[in-house]
Amino acid sequence: MTGANAPLLEVRHLRVEFPTRRGTLVAVDDVSFDLAPGEVLGVVGESGAGKSLTGAAIIGLLEPPGRIAAGEIRLEGERIDNLPYEKMRRIRGAKIGAIFQDPLTSLNPLYGIGRQLIETIQTHLPLSAQAARARAIELLKEVGIPGAETRIDHYPHQFSGGMRQRVVIALALCANPRLIVADEPTTALDVSIQAQIIALLKKLCREHRTAVMLVTHDMGVIAETADRVAVMYAGRLAEIGPVRDVVKNAAHPYTRGLMGSIPSIGERGHRLTQIEGSMPRLTEIPKGCAFNPRCPDRGDRCTRERPELMPAPTTQAACWQYDPAGVGTKARETVDA
Amino acid sequence: MLAFILRRLAQSIAVLLAVGLVAFALFHYIGDPINAMVGQDTSMQEREELREKLGLNDPAPLQFARFIVNSVQGKFGLSYRTSEPVGRMILERLPATLELAFCAAVFAMGVGVPMGVWTGLYPRHWTSRFLQAASLIGVSLPTFLIGILLIMIFAVILGLLPSFGRGNTVQLGWWTSGFFTFSGLKALILPSITLGLFQLTLIMRLVRSEMLEVMRTDYIKFARARGLSNRAVNFGHALKNTLVPVITIAGLQLGAIIAFSIVTETVFSWPGMGQLFVQSVQFADIPVMAAYLLLVAFFFVVINLVVDLLYYAVDPRLRGGMTTASARGH
Repeated sequence: MTGANAPLLEVRHLRVEFPTRRGTLVAVDDVSFDLAPGEVLGVVGESGAGKSLTGAAIIGLLEPPGRIAAGEIRLEGERIDNLPYEKMRRIRGAKIGAIFQDPLTSLNPLYGIGRQLIETIQTHLPLSAQAARARAIELLKEVGIPGAETRIDHYPHQFSGGMRQRVVIALALCANPRLIVADEPTTALDVSIQAQIIALLKKLCREHRTAVMLVTHDMGVIAETADRVAVMYAGRLAEIGPVRDVVKNAAHPYTRGLMGSIPSIGERGHRLTQIEGSMPRLTEIPKGCAFNPRCPDRGDRCTRERPELMPAPTTQAACWQYDPAGVGTKARETVDA
Repeated sequence: MLAFILRRLAQSIAVLLAVGLVAFALFHYIGDPINAMVGQDTSMQEREELREKLGLNDPAPLQFARFIVNSVQGKFGLSYRTSEPVGRMILERLPATLELAFCAAVFAMGVGVPMGVWTGLYPRHWTSRFLQAASLIGVSLPTFLIGILLIMIFAVILGLLPSFGRGNTVQLGWWTSGFFTFSGLKALILPSITLGLFQLTLIMRLVRSEMLEVMRTDYIKFARARGLSNRAVNFGHALKNTLVPVITIAGLQLGAIIAFSIVTETVFSWPGMGQLFVQSVQFADIPVMAAYLLLVAFFFVVINLVVDLLYYAVDPRLRGGMTTASARGH
C-alpha cells in the first residue's frame, strides 16, 4: 500500500502524557512530522523539550507511567503506536533500530560483544549460529572495528568509548532496519570521536538507505548530518524544514534565538544572543503559544490562541507571524529595568 | 588468576590459624583440663605427672603447634563427656547437619530467587506487594518461634509431619542419609523450612532490589530496543547482572546455615552438630567445642573461596586484567 514517494514514518498529532499525582503532564503535545526513506531528520531542542520522548514513543519504549495519549505513528503505512508488546518487539531491532546516548552503559558488561550481536541477529533473522557470527564480524568490520575477527570475542570493558559506540551502531544495524532512532549518540564522547561517529552513521545510512531520526542538542552535529531539522519547544514542534533554511533563515523566533546562541568563527566581536528566560516547566506551559512569554515579537493573539505549524517563507513554523491575520496587537514593549 | 587463588589460599590459612588460636585458648582459659579428666581424689603428684605426660607444661607456642598439627590430621582428642574421639563424634553428626543445611539452602534459593525476580520485575503487582510485606515477617520472626509454630500447625494440629528427629536413615559408608526413606524426607521438611525461611526472605529482598536497579540501566533499555524477547532480557541480561551480590550473600548465608543450625536442631531434636555443640557447652566439653569452632571456620573459609571464584566466572571485568576495567557502568 505504500507508494513510491510514501513516507517511511508518519507521526500524526502525537501526544505523550505522564499521569502524576498532581495532574497529568503533557510532555509531547500534538507533534506531527514525516520521515522519508533514507532521510536524516535532526530533532533539536533544550532538555525537556520532548525530543527524546518522541523518539522513545516511536520505538515503543516509553517508560511507564508515560504513555501515548493521542495521535498515530505509522511505519511504512502501518500503525505501530497501538501494537501489543510482543508485536512491537519484533519491529524493534528489525525495522527500527535505536542508539542511545552513552555507549559505556548501553552494552551488557557481562557478555562479550559477539554474543550480544549474535543474539540480536538471531532474534530477527533466521540464521544459524555460524552464519550469525559471520554476519556479526561483517557488521563489526563495517562500523570500522579493526581486527573484528578477534575483537568479536572481547567484552565491552575492553573497548574505548568510541569503539563501544561503533559496536552499539553495529547492534542497531543487525537486522538492517529501515529507521534508526539515535538519541544523542555523540553527547558522551570526546569531540574528536564525535565527528568520526557522525561520519560513520551518515555513511552507513546512505549505504543502507536507512532513515535516521537524530535527537540532539548539538546544532553542529545537525548542520553536518541532517537533511531536515525539527525544532521542539516545551513538547511542541516550533519549526521544521530543510537544514539550510532552518539554520540560515529561521522563521520561528525561538529558532532564531537558538541559532543566534551558537558561536561562529566568522563573526568575531559579536555578542552571542541569548533568549531571555527559560523553557516553562511542563506544569506551567502558558496559554497560546508556549514561547510567548519569551518572544520579542509577540502580540495579544499569541497569548490566547495556540499556533499550528504553518507555511513560513522557507520552512514550516508554529508562529502567528506567518498567518494572514498576524499576531494581533503587539503588547506594550516590555521594558527591562 | 593463579596468583589470586594462591593469595586467597594464604589468607584462608591465616584465618584458620587465628580461629585455631581461639580454640586452643579455650583449653587453657575455661577451667583446668586436668580437673576435668581426673577424679577428686587424685593426688597433686599424679596430677603433675599427667600434666607432664600430656605436654601441658610445654611452652604455649609448642603446645599450639602440636594442637594445629593434630587438628589438621583430624585428631581433636577425646571428649570430656563421653571419652569418645571427638573427630568421630563430629563425623557421625556431620551428615545430619549438612543434609539439613543443603535442603534449607535449596529451599531458600529455589524459592527466594524466583520470588525476588518476580517482585523486581512487577513491583506494582499486588502479589509483589503481598510478598514484600510477608517477607518482613520472615526477616523479623526468630527461628525458634517459626519452628515451634510449624510444629504446632503441621505436627500437632494436622499431624502430617514429624516434630522431631531424622526419621529412618540409610547408611552409605560413614555417611547416614535421610534422603532415601520416606520418613527421612518427611522429617526434613519442617526443619528445612525453619532454617531456610530467614535466608529465603533475605535473598528475595536482595534479588528484588538488585533487579529493580538493573532494570533501570541503559543496557536493559538497549536490549529491549534491540527487540530481544522478554525472557532473554529478564533472565539472560538482567538476572545475571544481579548475581554477584546474590552469590556473596548466598555464600555467607550457606555458612551461617551450617554454623548456626543450632537453634533449629534444638527445636527439632535434630541429631546434628548443632545439637552436639549445645550438649558440649552444657558439659564444658572443651575438645568438642574447639573442634566445632575449627570446623565451622573451615566451612566459612571454603565457601568464601568458592564465592570468590564464582565472581570470576560471572564477571569478565575481573578476569584477565590486560585492560583496565572501566570504572563506569554497573
